[in-house]
Amino acid sequence: MIELKNVCKRFGDKEILKGISAIMEAGKANLIIGASGSGKTVLMKCMVGLLEVDAGEILYDGISFSSMSNAERKHIRKEIGMLFQGAALFDSMTVEQNVMFPLEMFSNLSYRERKKRVDACLARVNLQDAHKKYPAEISGGMKKRVGIARAIVLNPKYLFCDEPNSGLDPQTSMLIDKLIHEITVEYNITTVINTHDMNSVMEIGDHIVYLYEGKKQWEGSNKDIIFSKDEKLNQFIFASQFLQDAKEMRQQELLNQRSGTG
Amino acid sequence: MLLTHIGRYMLMLKGMFTRPENWRMYWKEFMRQCVDIGIGSLSIVLIISVFIGGVSTIQTAYQLVSPIIPKSTIGQVVRDTMILEFCPTITSIVLAGVVGSKIASELGNMRVSEQIDALEIMGINTKSYLILPKILAALLVVPMLVVISGFVGIWSGKIAGVVSGILSAQQYMQGLVLEFKPFNIVFALAKSYTFAFIISSIPAYFGYHVQGGALEIGQASTKAVVISCILILLADYGLAALLLKNG
Repeated sequence: MIELKNVCKRFGDKEILKGISAIMEAGKANLIIGASGSGKTVLMKCMVGLLEVDAGEILYDGISFSSMSNAERKHIRKEIGMLFQGAALFDSMTVEQNVMFPLEMFSNLSYRERKKRVDACLARVNLQDAHKKYPAEISGGMKKRVGIARAIVLNPKYLFCDEPNSGLDPQTSMLIDKLIHEITVEYNITTVINTHDMNSVMEIGDHIVYLYEGKKQWEGSNKDIIFSKDEKLNQFIFASQFLQDAKEMRQQELLNQRSGTG
Repeated sequence: MLLTHIGRYMLMLKGMFTRPENWRMYWKEFMRQCVDIGIGSLSIVLIISVFIGGVSTIQTAYQLVSPIIPKSTIGQVVRDTMILEFCPTITSIVLAGVVGSKIASELGNMRVSEQIDALEIMGINTKSYLILPKILAALLVVPMLVVISGFVGIWSGKIAGVVSGILSAQQYMQGLVLEFKPFNIVFALAKSYTFAFIISSIPAYFGYHVQGGALEIGQASTKAVVISCILILLADYGLAALLLKNG
Protein backbone atom coordinates (compact mmCIF):
# COMPACT_ATOMS: atom_id res chain seq x y z
CA MET A 1 0.00 0.00 0.00
CA ILE A 2 1.21 3.49 -0.83
CA GLU A 3 -0.12 6.44 1.11
CA LEU A 4 0.10 10.05 -0.05
CA LYS A 5 -0.29 12.66 2.68
CA ASN A 6 -0.83 16.24 1.62
CA VAL A 7 1.75 16.06 -1.21
CA CYS A 8 2.76 19.45 -2.65
CA LYS A 9 5.15 20.22 -5.48
CA ARG A 10 6.00 23.47 -7.23
CA PHE A 11 8.32 24.47 -10.05
CA GLY A 12 9.33 28.10 -9.53
CA ASP A 13 6.15 30.12 -9.06
CA LYS A 14 3.90 27.41 -10.47
CA GLU A 15 2.23 25.12 -7.97
CA ILE A 16 1.74 21.74 -9.68
CA LEU A 17 0.49 19.54 -6.84
CA LYS A 18 -1.70 21.16 -4.22
CA GLY A 19 -1.90 18.96 -1.16
CA ILE A 20 -2.85 15.58 -2.59
CA SER A 21 -3.80 12.82 -0.18
CA ALA A 22 -4.76 9.35 -1.37
CA ILE A 23 -4.19 5.67 -0.71
CA MET A 24 -3.00 3.29 -3.43
CA GLU A 25 -4.22 -0.12 -2.41
CA ALA A 26 -2.36 -3.44 -2.70
CA GLY A 27 -3.62 -5.99 -5.22
CA LYS A 28 -5.58 -3.33 -7.06
CA ALA A 29 -5.08 -1.26 -10.19
CA ASN A 30 -4.99 2.31 -8.86
CA LEU A 31 -5.55 4.77 -11.69
CA ILE A 32 -4.54 8.42 -11.66
CA ILE A 33 -6.55 10.25 -14.29
CA GLY A 34 -6.78 13.88 -15.33
CA ALA A 35 -6.33 16.26 -18.22
CA SER A 36 -2.89 17.09 -19.62
CA GLY A 37 -1.09 19.39 -17.20
CA SER A 38 -3.15 18.28 -14.20
CA GLY A 39 -0.04 16.93 -12.45
CA LYS A 40 -0.37 13.16 -13.03
CA THR A 41 3.19 12.60 -14.25
CA VAL A 42 4.68 14.91 -11.60
CA LEU A 43 2.77 12.99 -8.92
CA MET A 44 4.05 9.67 -10.23
CA LYS A 45 7.63 11.00 -10.45
CA CYS A 46 7.33 12.17 -6.83
CA MET A 47 6.05 8.74 -5.82
CA VAL A 48 9.02 6.90 -7.34
CA GLY A 49 11.55 9.48 -6.15
CA LEU A 50 12.53 11.01 -9.49
CA LEU A 51 11.28 14.32 -8.08
CA GLU A 52 11.33 15.47 -4.45
CA VAL A 53 8.13 16.65 -2.81
CA ASP A 54 8.14 20.19 -1.37
CA ALA A 55 5.72 19.31 1.41
CA GLY A 56 3.76 16.29 2.57
CA GLU A 57 4.76 12.67 2.79
CA ILE A 58 4.76 9.47 0.72
CA LEU A 59 4.62 6.25 2.69
CA TYR A 60 5.37 2.76 1.35
CA ASP A 61 3.66 0.26 3.67
CA GLY A 62 3.87 2.81 6.48
CA ILE A 63 7.53 3.73 5.88
CA SER A 64 8.15 7.33 4.88
CA PHE A 65 9.84 7.31 1.45
CA SER A 66 10.07 11.09 1.10
CA SER A 67 12.20 11.56 4.21
CA MET A 68 14.68 8.79 3.30
CA SER A 69 18.20 9.36 1.98
CA ASN A 70 19.14 8.04 -1.46
CA ALA A 71 20.99 5.10 0.11
CA GLU A 72 17.94 4.15 2.21
CA ARG A 73 15.65 4.48 -0.80
CA LYS A 74 17.67 1.86 -2.70
CA HIS A 75 16.01 -0.91 -0.66
CA ILE A 76 12.51 0.29 -1.59
CA ARG A 77 13.50 0.96 -5.19
CA LYS A 78 14.44 -2.69 -5.61
CA GLU A 79 10.79 -3.45 -4.90
CA ILE A 80 9.55 -0.99 -7.53
CA GLY A 81 8.96 -1.84 -11.17
CA MET A 82 8.07 0.82 -13.68
CA LEU A 83 6.67 0.81 -17.17
CA PHE A 84 7.46 4.05 -18.98
CA GLN A 85 5.39 5.78 -21.62
CA GLY A 86 7.92 4.91 -24.35
CA ALA A 87 8.89 1.64 -22.57
CA ALA A 88 12.46 3.03 -22.00
CA LEU A 89 14.13 -0.17 -23.17
CA PHE A 90 17.92 -0.10 -23.45
CA ASP A 91 18.64 0.32 -27.18
CA SER A 92 21.96 -1.49 -27.13
CA MET A 93 20.50 -4.64 -25.54
CA THR A 94 18.28 -7.38 -26.92
CA VAL A 95 14.84 -8.07 -25.46
CA GLU A 96 16.29 -10.88 -23.35
CA GLN A 97 19.19 -8.74 -22.10
CA ASN A 98 16.78 -5.92 -21.23
CA VAL A 99 14.68 -8.21 -19.05
CA MET A 100 17.76 -9.89 -17.57
CA PHE A 101 19.45 -6.59 -16.68
CA PRO A 102 17.81 -6.06 -13.22
CA LEU A 103 18.55 -9.70 -12.33
CA GLU A 104 22.21 -9.33 -13.33
CA MET A 105 22.51 -6.12 -11.33
CA PHE A 106 20.71 -7.15 -8.16
CA SER A 107 20.60 -10.93 -7.83
CA ASN A 108 23.16 -13.65 -7.26
CA LEU A 109 21.38 -16.14 -9.50
CA SER A 110 23.37 -18.27 -11.94
CA TYR A 111 22.99 -17.65 -15.67
CA ARG A 112 20.72 -20.68 -16.00
CA GLU A 113 18.43 -19.47 -13.20
CA ARG A 114 18.34 -15.95 -14.63
CA LYS A 115 17.51 -17.30 -18.08
CA LYS A 116 14.69 -19.40 -16.63
CA ARG A 117 13.23 -16.38 -14.86
CA VAL A 118 13.51 -14.21 -18.00
CA ASP A 119 11.83 -16.90 -20.12
CA ALA A 120 9.01 -17.14 -17.56
CA CYS A 121 8.48 -13.36 -17.52
CA LEU A 122 8.52 -13.10 -21.31
CA ALA A 123 6.09 -16.01 -21.54
CA ARG A 124 3.85 -14.27 -18.97
CA VAL A 125 3.57 -11.26 -21.28
CA ASN A 126 3.07 -13.53 -24.31
CA LEU A 127 6.43 -12.84 -25.92
CA GLN A 128 8.12 -16.13 -26.63
CA ASP A 129 9.80 -15.43 -29.95
CA ALA A 130 11.45 -12.05 -29.48
CA HIS A 131 14.36 -12.91 -27.15
CA LYS A 132 17.12 -12.00 -29.59
CA LYS A 133 15.47 -8.96 -31.15
CA TYR A 134 16.54 -5.39 -30.42
CA PRO A 135 13.99 -2.74 -29.32
CA ALA A 136 14.24 -1.07 -32.74
CA GLU A 137 13.05 -4.32 -34.37
CA ILE A 138 9.80 -4.74 -32.40
CA SER A 139 6.43 -2.96 -32.41
CA GLY A 140 5.15 -0.44 -29.83
CA GLY A 141 2.89 -3.02 -28.18
CA MET A 142 5.74 -5.53 -27.94
CA LYS A 143 7.99 -2.86 -26.41
CA LYS A 144 5.35 -2.24 -23.74
CA ARG A 145 5.17 -5.96 -23.02
CA VAL A 146 8.97 -6.18 -22.73
CA GLY A 147 8.76 -3.15 -20.41
CA ILE A 148 6.24 -5.00 -18.24
CA ALA A 149 8.40 -8.15 -18.23
CA ARG A 150 11.42 -6.08 -17.13
CA ALA A 151 9.33 -4.35 -14.46
CA ILE A 152 8.13 -7.62 -12.90
CA VAL A 153 11.32 -9.69 -13.24
CA LEU A 154 12.43 -8.92 -9.66
CA ASN A 155 8.96 -9.68 -8.24
CA PRO A 156 8.20 -6.09 -7.26
CA LYS A 157 5.69 -5.09 -4.58
CA TYR A 158 4.85 -1.87 -6.43
CA LEU A 159 4.30 -1.39 -10.14
CA PHE A 160 4.06 2.04 -11.76
CA CYS A 161 2.81 2.48 -15.33
CA ASP A 162 3.03 5.86 -17.01
CA GLU A 163 0.42 6.02 -19.77
CA PRO A 164 0.74 2.36 -20.76
CA ASN A 165 -1.69 2.77 -23.68
CA SER A 166 -0.19 5.80 -25.36
CA GLY A 167 0.55 5.22 -29.03
CA LEU A 168 -1.22 1.84 -29.14
CA ASP A 169 -4.26 0.76 -31.12
CA PRO A 170 -7.45 0.04 -29.08
CA GLN A 171 -7.07 -3.73 -29.29
CA THR A 172 -3.44 -3.74 -28.14
CA SER A 173 -4.34 -1.20 -25.44
CA MET A 174 -6.93 -3.58 -24.06
CA LEU A 175 -4.44 -6.45 -24.09
CA ILE A 176 -1.89 -4.36 -22.17
CA ASP A 177 -4.57 -3.26 -19.66
CA LYS A 178 -5.69 -6.84 -19.15
CA LEU A 179 -2.11 -7.98 -18.69
CA ILE A 180 -1.36 -5.30 -16.10
CA HIS A 181 -4.55 -6.11 -14.21
CA GLU A 182 -3.89 -9.84 -14.23
CA ILE A 183 -0.33 -9.35 -13.00
CA THR A 184 -1.55 -6.98 -10.27
CA VAL A 185 -4.02 -9.52 -8.91
CA GLU A 186 -1.76 -12.56 -9.48
CA TYR A 187 1.23 -11.14 -7.58
CA ASN A 188 -0.79 -8.90 -5.20
CA ILE A 189 1.13 -5.84 -6.42
CA THR A 190 0.24 -2.24 -5.60
CA THR A 191 -0.14 -0.94 -9.14
CA VAL A 192 -0.37 2.76 -9.96
CA ILE A 193 -1.33 3.73 -13.52
CA ASN A 194 -1.33 7.17 -15.10
CA THR A 195 -3.79 7.21 -17.95
CA HIS A 196 -6.00 9.22 -20.26
CA ASP A 197 -7.60 6.15 -21.72
CA MET A 198 -11.30 5.80 -20.85
CA ASN A 199 -11.31 2.11 -21.76
CA SER A 200 -8.69 1.54 -19.07
CA VAL A 201 -10.72 3.53 -16.57
CA MET A 202 -13.85 1.47 -17.17
CA GLU A 203 -12.11 -1.92 -17.56
CA ILE A 204 -9.44 -2.03 -14.87
CA GLY A 205 -10.06 0.98 -12.61
CA ASP A 206 -10.37 -0.76 -9.23
CA HIS A 207 -9.51 2.53 -7.58
CA ILE A 208 -9.45 5.86 -9.40
CA VAL A 209 -8.04 9.24 -8.37
CA TYR A 210 -9.07 12.14 -10.57
CA LEU A 211 -6.75 15.17 -10.54
CA TYR A 212 -7.94 18.60 -11.59
CA GLU A 213 -5.42 21.45 -11.75
CA GLY A 214 -3.11 19.80 -9.21
CA LYS A 215 -5.84 18.90 -6.70
CA LYS A 216 -7.62 15.64 -6.01
CA GLN A 217 -11.09 16.29 -7.38
CA TRP A 218 -12.67 12.85 -7.03
CA GLU A 219 -11.84 9.35 -5.80
CA GLY A 220 -13.72 6.09 -6.28
CA SER A 221 -13.99 2.94 -8.40
CA ASN A 222 -15.02 2.34 -12.02
CA LYS A 223 -18.51 1.45 -10.76
CA ASP A 224 -18.86 4.66 -8.75
CA ILE A 225 -17.74 6.77 -11.70
CA ILE A 226 -20.94 5.93 -13.62
CA PHE A 227 -23.07 7.47 -10.90
CA SER A 228 -20.77 10.35 -10.04
CA LYS A 229 -22.39 13.77 -9.87
CA ASP A 230 -19.05 15.58 -10.05
CA GLU A 231 -19.38 17.98 -12.95
CA LYS A 232 -15.67 18.30 -13.74
CA LEU A 233 -15.19 14.55 -13.68
CA ASN A 234 -18.18 13.99 -15.95
CA GLN A 235 -16.95 16.61 -18.38
CA PHE A 236 -13.56 14.91 -18.48
CA ILE A 237 -14.68 11.28 -18.69
CA PHE A 238 -17.85 11.53 -20.75
CA ALA A 239 -16.69 14.29 -23.07
CA SER A 240 -18.54 13.16 -26.21
CA GLN A 241 -22.24 12.45 -26.82
CA PHE A 242 -21.31 8.87 -27.66
CA LEU A 243 -19.73 8.40 -24.22
CA GLN A 244 -22.70 10.15 -22.55
CA ASP A 245 -25.05 7.66 -24.19
CA ALA A 246 -22.79 4.77 -23.22
CA LYS A 247 -22.78 6.04 -19.63
CA GLU A 248 -26.58 6.18 -19.49
CA MET A 249 -26.86 2.68 -20.91
CA ARG A 250 -24.35 1.37 -18.38
CA GLN A 251 -26.17 3.18 -15.55
CA GLN A 252 -29.39 1.50 -16.61
CA GLU A 253 -27.68 -1.90 -16.79
CA LEU A 254 -26.27 -1.55 -13.30
CA LEU A 255 -29.60 -0.34 -11.89
CA ASN A 256 -31.38 -3.30 -13.51
CA GLN A 257 -28.77 -5.66 -12.06
CA ARG A 258 -29.24 -4.14 -8.60
CA SER A 259 -33.03 -4.32 -8.71
CA GLY A 260 -32.77 -7.88 -10.07
CA THR A 261 -30.52 -9.05 -7.25
CA GLY A 262 -32.43 -6.97 -4.64
CA MET B 1 25.48 30.75 -16.42
CA LEU B 2 29.10 29.59 -16.67
CA LEU B 3 29.27 29.15 -12.89
CA THR B 4 26.04 27.09 -12.99
CA HIS B 5 27.59 24.79 -15.59
CA ILE B 6 30.81 24.48 -13.58
CA GLY B 7 28.84 23.73 -10.42
CA ARG B 8 26.69 21.07 -12.09
CA TYR B 9 29.78 19.55 -13.72
CA MET B 10 31.52 19.32 -10.34
CA LEU B 11 28.42 17.78 -8.75
CA MET B 12 28.26 15.25 -11.58
CA LEU B 13 31.90 14.26 -10.97
CA LYS B 14 31.30 14.04 -7.21
CA GLY B 15 28.17 11.94 -7.77
CA MET B 16 30.14 9.29 -9.67
CA PHE B 17 32.01 8.10 -6.62
CA THR B 18 29.71 5.71 -4.80
CA ARG B 19 29.98 2.02 -4.13
CA PRO B 20 28.93 0.10 -7.28
CA GLU B 21 25.73 -1.93 -6.97
CA ASN B 22 27.44 -4.83 -8.75
CA TRP B 23 31.18 -4.81 -9.57
CA ARG B 24 30.81 -7.36 -12.37
CA MET B 25 28.28 -5.20 -14.24
CA TYR B 26 30.47 -2.11 -13.86
CA TRP B 27 33.48 -4.06 -15.15
CA LYS B 28 31.41 -5.25 -18.12
CA GLU B 29 30.39 -1.65 -18.89
CA PHE B 30 34.00 -0.48 -18.52
CA MET B 31 35.22 -3.12 -20.99
CA ARG B 32 32.43 -2.19 -23.43
CA GLN B 33 33.53 1.43 -23.29
CA CYS B 34 37.20 0.45 -23.79
CA VAL B 35 36.22 -1.40 -26.96
CA ASP B 36 33.94 1.44 -28.13
CA ILE B 37 36.48 4.19 -27.56
CA GLY B 38 39.65 2.24 -28.39
CA ILE B 39 38.80 -0.12 -31.23
CA GLY B 40 36.13 2.24 -32.53
CA SER B 41 38.63 5.07 -32.98
CA LEU B 42 41.71 3.09 -33.99
CA SER B 43 41.22 3.34 -37.76
CA ILE B 44 40.76 7.13 -37.81
CA VAL B 45 43.78 7.58 -35.50
CA LEU B 46 45.92 5.41 -37.81
CA ILE B 47 44.86 7.32 -40.93
CA ILE B 48 45.56 10.71 -39.33
CA SER B 49 48.92 9.58 -37.95
CA VAL B 50 50.12 8.24 -41.31
CA PHE B 51 49.40 11.52 -43.07
CA ILE B 52 50.63 13.81 -40.29
CA GLY B 53 53.95 11.91 -40.16
CA GLY B 54 54.39 12.04 -43.93
CA VAL B 55 53.48 15.72 -44.21
CA SER B 56 55.76 16.62 -41.27
CA THR B 57 58.78 15.06 -43.01
CA ILE B 58 58.10 16.75 -46.35
CA GLN B 59 57.41 20.19 -44.82
CA THR B 60 60.43 20.03 -42.50
CA ALA B 61 62.64 19.15 -45.47
CA TYR B 62 61.12 22.05 -47.43
CA GLN B 63 62.06 24.52 -44.70
CA LEU B 64 65.57 23.16 -43.98
CA VAL B 65 67.25 24.67 -47.04
CA SER B 66 70.73 25.30 -45.54
CA PRO B 67 73.37 22.81 -46.76
CA ILE B 68 75.13 22.95 -43.38
CA ILE B 69 72.18 21.37 -41.59
CA PRO B 70 72.48 17.58 -41.80
CA LYS B 71 69.55 15.65 -43.32
CA SER B 72 69.23 13.60 -40.13
CA THR B 73 67.86 16.74 -38.44
CA ILE B 74 64.61 16.09 -40.32
CA GLY B 75 64.15 12.84 -38.39
CA GLN B 76 64.86 14.63 -35.12
CA VAL B 77 62.39 17.43 -35.84
CA VAL B 78 59.66 15.03 -36.98
CA ARG B 79 60.17 12.89 -33.87
CA ASP B 80 59.89 15.80 -31.45
CA THR B 81 56.98 17.44 -33.30
CA MET B 82 55.06 14.19 -33.34
CA ILE B 83 55.74 13.33 -29.69
CA LEU B 84 55.35 16.80 -28.22
CA GLU B 85 52.41 18.15 -30.18
CA PHE B 86 50.88 16.37 -33.12
CA CYS B 87 50.16 12.95 -31.64
CA PRO B 88 48.63 13.98 -28.32
CA THR B 89 46.87 17.15 -29.46
CA ILE B 90 45.64 16.39 -32.96
CA THR B 91 44.68 12.83 -32.03
CA SER B 92 42.73 14.18 -29.04
CA ILE B 93 40.98 16.86 -31.08
CA VAL B 94 39.87 14.22 -33.56
CA LEU B 95 38.81 11.95 -30.70
CA ALA B 96 36.82 14.85 -29.19
CA GLY B 97 34.80 14.77 -32.41
CA VAL B 98 34.52 10.99 -32.75
CA VAL B 99 34.24 9.88 -29.12
CA GLY B 100 32.84 13.11 -27.65
CA SER B 101 29.86 13.32 -29.96
CA LYS B 102 29.16 9.62 -29.45
CA ILE B 103 29.18 9.94 -25.65
CA ALA B 104 27.01 13.08 -25.70
CA SER B 105 24.45 11.65 -28.11
CA GLU B 106 24.33 8.24 -26.39
CA LEU B 107 23.66 9.77 -22.96
CA GLY B 108 21.36 12.42 -24.44
CA ASN B 109 19.28 9.74 -26.13
CA MET B 110 19.15 7.73 -22.90
CA ARG B 111 17.97 10.82 -21.02
CA VAL B 112 15.30 11.79 -23.55
CA SER B 113 13.93 8.25 -23.92
CA GLU B 114 13.76 7.87 -20.09
CA GLN B 115 16.36 5.07 -20.02
CA ILE B 116 18.30 7.01 -17.35
CA ASP B 117 15.11 7.38 -15.29
CA ALA B 118 14.51 3.63 -15.66
CA LEU B 119 17.98 2.93 -14.24
CA GLU B 120 17.46 5.44 -11.39
CA ILE B 121 14.18 3.77 -10.42
CA MET B 122 15.92 0.41 -10.31
CA GLY B 123 18.17 1.96 -7.64
CA ILE B 124 21.26 2.36 -9.83
CA ASN B 125 23.49 5.43 -9.48
CA THR B 126 23.44 6.46 -13.13
CA LYS B 127 26.33 8.90 -12.82
CA SER B 128 28.45 6.11 -11.48
CA TYR B 129 27.21 3.40 -13.85
CA LEU B 130 27.03 5.41 -17.08
CA ILE B 131 29.69 8.13 -16.76
CA LEU B 132 32.50 6.72 -14.62
CA PRO B 133 33.24 3.72 -16.92
CA LYS B 134 33.42 6.11 -19.90
CA ILE B 135 35.94 8.38 -18.17
CA LEU B 136 38.04 5.47 -16.87
CA ALA B 137 37.99 3.79 -20.28
CA ALA B 138 39.11 7.03 -21.96
CA LEU B 139 41.90 7.44 -19.39
CA LEU B 140 43.13 3.94 -20.21
CA VAL B 141 42.64 3.89 -23.96
CA VAL B 142 43.39 7.43 -25.19
CA PRO B 143 47.05 7.39 -24.02
CA MET B 144 47.39 4.00 -25.79
CA LEU B 145 46.02 5.52 -28.98
CA VAL B 146 48.44 8.45 -28.62
CA VAL B 147 51.39 6.05 -28.25
CA ILE B 148 50.24 4.07 -31.31
CA SER B 149 49.79 7.35 -33.18
CA GLY B 150 53.36 8.36 -32.28
CA PHE B 151 54.86 5.11 -33.58
CA VAL B 152 52.81 5.17 -36.78
CA GLY B 153 53.43 8.88 -37.41
CA ILE B 154 57.20 8.61 -37.00
CA TRP B 155 57.29 5.45 -39.13
CA SER B 156 55.21 7.01 -41.89
CA GLY B 157 57.49 10.08 -41.79
CA LYS B 158 60.36 7.78 -42.60
CA ILE B 159 58.49 6.12 -45.46
CA ALA B 160 57.48 9.53 -46.90
CA GLY B 161 61.06 10.80 -46.67
CA VAL B 162 62.55 7.72 -48.33
CA VAL B 163 59.88 7.39 -51.04
CA SER B 164 60.14 11.06 -52.04
CA GLY B 165 63.98 10.89 -52.03
CA ILE B 166 64.41 13.55 -49.33
CA LEU B 167 66.68 11.40 -47.14
CA SER B 168 67.73 7.81 -46.64
CA ALA B 169 66.27 5.49 -44.03
CA GLN B 170 69.64 5.48 -42.27
CA GLN B 171 69.74 9.30 -42.05
CA TYR B 172 66.19 9.36 -40.67
CA MET B 173 67.06 6.74 -38.03
CA GLN B 174 70.15 8.71 -37.03
CA GLY B 175 67.94 11.75 -36.50
CA LEU B 176 65.49 9.79 -34.40
CA VAL B 177 68.08 8.91 -31.75
CA LEU B 178 69.75 12.34 -31.79
CA GLU B 179 69.42 14.22 -28.47
CA PHE B 180 66.39 12.23 -27.45
CA LYS B 181 64.79 13.44 -24.18
CA PRO B 182 62.74 10.76 -22.38
CA PHE B 183 60.86 13.56 -20.58
CA ASN B 184 59.13 14.33 -23.89
CA ILE B 185 57.32 10.99 -23.59
CA VAL B 186 56.24 11.85 -20.03
CA PHE B 187 55.00 15.21 -21.30
CA ALA B 188 53.04 13.60 -24.15
CA LEU B 189 51.46 11.12 -21.74
CA ALA B 190 50.57 13.89 -19.27
CA LYS B 191 48.83 15.70 -22.11
CA SER B 192 47.02 12.62 -23.29
CA TYR B 193 45.67 11.83 -19.78
CA THR B 194 44.45 15.42 -19.41
CA PHE B 195 42.85 15.41 -22.85
CA ALA B 196 41.28 11.98 -22.23
CA PHE B 197 39.56 13.36 -19.15
CA ILE B 198 38.30 16.35 -21.11
CA ILE B 199 36.99 14.41 -24.11
CA SER B 200 35.06 11.98 -21.92
CA SER B 201 33.77 14.11 -19.03
CA ILE B 202 32.66 17.23 -20.95
CA PRO B 203 30.48 15.35 -23.50
CA ALA B 204 29.15 13.16 -20.65
CA TYR B 205 28.09 16.33 -18.82
CA PHE B 206 26.28 17.76 -21.85
CA GLY B 207 24.66 14.45 -22.78
CA TYR B 208 23.56 13.59 -19.24
CA HIS B 209 21.84 16.95 -18.75
CA VAL B 210 19.97 17.13 -22.07
CA GLN B 211 16.37 18.30 -21.81
CA GLY B 212 13.99 18.12 -24.75
CA GLY B 213 14.16 15.93 -27.84
CA ALA B 214 16.22 15.01 -30.88
CA LEU B 215 17.09 18.62 -31.69
CA GLU B 216 18.51 19.20 -28.21
CA ILE B 217 20.56 16.00 -28.44
CA GLY B 218 22.20 17.33 -31.62
CA GLN B 219 22.82 20.71 -30.01
CA ALA B 220 24.33 19.09 -26.91
CA SER B 221 26.57 16.94 -29.07
CA THR B 222 27.86 19.95 -31.05
CA LYS B 223 28.36 22.01 -27.88
CA ALA B 224 30.22 19.11 -26.25
CA VAL B 225 32.65 18.80 -29.19
CA VAL B 226 33.27 22.55 -29.49
CA ILE B 227 33.88 23.04 -25.76
CA SER B 228 36.07 19.92 -25.55
CA CYS B 229 38.23 21.23 -28.41
CA ILE B 230 38.60 24.66 -26.79
CA LEU B 231 39.49 23.09 -23.43
CA ILE B 232 42.01 20.77 -25.11
CA LEU B 233 43.77 23.76 -26.68
CA LEU B 234 43.71 25.69 -23.38
CA ALA B 235 45.07 22.68 -21.50
CA ASP B 236 47.68 22.19 -24.24
CA TYR B 237 48.96 25.72 -23.71
CA GLY B 238 48.76 25.43 -19.92
CA LEU B 239 50.70 22.16 -19.81
CA ALA B 240 53.34 23.43 -22.23
CA ALA B 241 53.80 26.62 -20.19
CA LEU B 242 53.94 24.64 -16.96
CA LEU B 243 56.09 21.66 -17.92
CA LEU B 244 58.32 22.94 -20.73
CA LYS B 245 59.30 26.37 -19.39
CA ASN B 246 62.70 25.11 -18.23
CA GLY B 247 63.31 23.20 -21.39
